[in-house]
Amino acid sequence: MKTYVIIFLSATMLALGGLLALNAIGEGPVETGYAIGDRATDFSLRNVDGNMVSLSDYPRAKGFVVIFTCNDCPYAMAYQDRIIALDHKYRPLGVPVIAIQPNSPEAKPGESLDKMRERALEKEYPFPYLLDEGQSIYPQYGATRTPQVFLLEKTPDGNIVRYIGAVDDNYRDPGAVERKFAENAIDALLAGREISPQTTKAIGCSIK
Amino acid sequence: MLVGCGEKRQRAVPPEGETSTTQGREQVPTGEASAFPIYDFESFEPLLHQGDGKIHIINFWATWCKPCLEEMPHFERIHAEYRDKGVVVVLVSLDMPNMWKSRLEPYVERKGIKSRVVILDDPQQHDWIPKVSPQWGGGIPATLIYNQERRTFHERGFTYGELVAEIEKFNL
Repeated sequence: MKTYVIIFLSATMLALGGLLALNAIGEGPVETGYAIGDRATDFSLRNVDGNMVSLSDYPRAKGFVVIFTCNDCPYAMAYQDRIIALDHKYRPLGVPVIAIQPNSPEAKPGESLDKMRERALEKEYPFPYLLDEGQSIYPQYGATRTPQVFLLEKTPDGNIVRYIGAVDDNYRDPGAVERKFAENAIDALLAGREISPQTTKAIGCSIK
Repeated sequence: MLVGCGEKRQRAVPPEGETSTTQGREQVPTGEASAFPIYDFESFEPLLHQGDGKIHIINFWATWCKPCLEEMPHFERIHAEYRDKGVVVVLVSLDMPNMWKSRLEPYVERKGIKSRVVILDDPQQHDWIPKVSPQWGGGIPATLIYNQERRTFHERGFTYGELVAEIEKFNL
């Protein structure tokens, strides 16, 4: 009996999966990945220094600025100094930056672990720069483009998604930024205030 | 006084048939110029609401976006084959100012692009992306197809056949 229930459930899930897949071919973006309030998965991904990195490696962290970014995207390049600045500012406060490169090096040779290492050394990245090998993590988060920020709060129930979106409101000119979306979100999280806005939109490079 | 310094960026002329006098939001001038009209979102927005009975295909792309370039020939073919049937193609480049001369113009020249090309240069993306479509997450390629009766938005790439199928859902 139990087996039948499981089979029935599996069939239902397959059917649902099929519907979602159909929808993906149809119109508009499909709501997959995390929403605000969801618990984010941990991972074990290779860093440019060769070591594996997980969120659980940071027992004292209060949260994480998980940023999906990469080497060659013009927007990612425009933001790399600001991502470094985020880490300098918030790592000492318990919210370090964890950068994940989600593109497949097979599809984009400029995004290999070697090329990532070159960039990390050149820019002296103070944060881990991880390769999403096999591309298993970014789809779970629902990252769609680079750069994209997922702010996580560490709680007894796991790492909870508190903000998804852009670093700020002006990719082109850091001096003309009016709203530091990510910083405001981290400040609010640390102060126990409500985060607003919880999601923002920006043009980015699609992940391949 | 330094020539060019502090000069206001030239505003794109309003779309044909429009006599809008609204001024776009002032931005930090980049000092960059282009052979193509440069819009901020405010001056660009009328292109998303033309009430001229035509079907408008507004494609958002950039030269650094590989899937955008892959579908470019399809939009060009639509322009060639449907222009006389009341279909207007507008290719909206989101290339950054430092790419207009170095990448965008050479690309359009090299490929002999015949569709209308405009530049949307407005860094306040969080404000204008939802005004193009609430469905848009910000990825490109992205394409808006509309006339007075119908409006569809697609955050994905197209084949020629898929594009024709979408157009034919409209009353030509």
